[in-house]
Amino acid sequence: MNSIEVNNIIKTYGKKKEVTALNDISFNVEQGELFGIIGPDGAGKTSLFRILTTLLLADSGKASVDGFDIVKDYKAIRKRVGYMPGRFSLYQDLSVEENLNFFATIFNTSIEENYGLIKDIYVQIEPFKKRKAGKLSGGMKQKLALCCALIHRPSILFLDEPTTGVDAVSRKEFWEMLKGLRKEGITILVSTPYMDEAGLCDRVALVQNGKFLSINTPGGIVNSFSKPLVAVKSTRMLHLLNELEKQDFVDNVYPFGEYHHVVMKDRSGEPLLQQFIKDRGNEKAVLQEAKPDIEDCFIALMKS
Amino acid sequence: MINNIVITANKLTKRFGDFTAVDHISFDVNKGEIFGFLGANGAGKTTAMRMLCGLLFPSSGEATVAGYDVYKENEKIKKSIGYMSQKFSLYEDLTVKENMEFYGGIYHMSDKYIKEKTASILDQLHLQKEAKVLVRSLPLGWKQKLAFAVSIFHEPGIVFLDEPTGGVDPVTRREFWKMIYQASDTGTTIFVTTHYMDEAEYCSRVSIMVDGRIDALDTPANLKQTYNASSMDEVFLQLARKAKRSD
Repeated sequence: MNSIEVNNIIKTYGKKKEVTALNDISFNVEQGELFGIIGPDGAGKTSLFRILTTLLLADSGKASVDGFDIVKDYKAIRKRVGYMPGRFSLYQDLSVEENLNFFATIFNTSIEENYGLIKDIYVQIEPFKKRKAGKLSGGMKQKLALCCALIHRPSILFLDEPTTGVDAVSRKEFWEMLKGLRKEGITILVSTPYMDEAGLCDRVALVQNGKFLSINTPGGIVNSFSKPLVAVKSTRMLHLLNELEKQDFVDNVYPFGEYHHVVMKDRSGEPLLQQFIKDRGNEKAVLQEAKPDIEDCFIALMKS
Repeated sequence: MINNIVITANKLTKRFGDFTAVDHISFDVNKGEIFGFLGANGAGKTTAMRMLCGLLFPSSGEATVAGYDVYKENEKIKKSIGYMSQKFSLYEDLTVKENMEFYGGIYHMSDKYIKEKTASILDQLHLQKEAKVLVRSLPLGWKQKLAFAVSIFHEPGIVFLDEPTGGVDPVTRREFWKMIYQASDTGTTIFVTTHYMDEAEYCSRVSIMVDGRIDALDTPANLKQTYNASSMDEVFLQLARKAKRSD
């Protein structure tokens, strides 16, 4: 059974519906899947999460969560899902322990009953259990919010940009925690603007301007990159970028870490690029094969 | 200025009570450099930046920005720098053109300068048609590019960028960095913080703060060599994992 089924969801905002947040979105998430919604701010990620957690009504389209209709059965859905909104939404003036107790009580359960599920995460913040939530660091707030979203053992977890504004170390830790939860059989829908997090999901949807550009496994997305890709660098990177933009054999060129990535229209561009690089020996220009990653694919999909 | 150094910090320190947010940091930034200022959350980046921008007095140590002393000449520093943050940079209720006029006015630019500069930025960003549109209704990526252009509207020579590309799509993120490259190419010094490690590679030099100190400072290539790492992401993780504190 699919944990989440979404069919032709449309959501607009404004008196004249002038802003389209979600433009005919359809996808399914399987039971136990870790599914990523990857896209920049303003792509429609939060609208989608709010619709699926029954906090917002779509203009049209249908969706079900855990087999329940998001409009008709909203009460049943609210009992079954855990939701961690993008903005920190716990009670700042309650302590860590009080927040957790509060959410457990609301769902008619207790910390003890589901402690096993949150244990690995909670032990990291337990030394601070008497501290007010508002006084926690960003990383600790995030861990507490995750515990609160889990304390009623939801069957589906919705995490809206849990790693935004979090440094690289905390981001890695957070994804480790998600892997652990996945082993518990919980379906996880997670959104992120960080393309490098896509590889940690079972499947991902790349989203831009309310449209899904692609839905696939991370490997499947990367494999669908069809054009030749080469990495180049020299001692004059801006100059190199400007020069390559003018070349006919170049489909796209953009900075990519230490290198620029050059996407060629087809294989016939390879000798031309090699000559181009050779001509710039005095600028120490070099070229090497490059493997496309999710970000290359996202850029290519945005262009098409 | 006689030499090429536009920012100096020497044992710069800031204490809040018994907490040392910034702990004796020392570095120089050269004219036209893209200086990446990295660190985990809570490492002290924001506090250090606020001192350099003349917004917060240090507890001890010395620093000069654009040749001005951070203790005695902080008002002169404010006039000599540009600043842009992810959170707030433009007035959403003003139009694109009004935002530029407003910033030009704040920095006492002449009407003629404001008019010419506004036209040239609209042209450069292909925003001529949107000149009279409220900033609120622009897509995020356009806002960020406009915010950067506005931050160097008065041609400050040094610009501080605090996580300028957070949440921006990968194409716009690169267009943004191209603007940074171009500014640096014409001699503007860029002091930038980011959570994207691929952007650290675009910098001339990178410093990495851990628990209030600068634990590493070098070119991306040298840092990768020193830490035997294939990417800046690995370098950052090796250093930041040693951190004992978070924000």
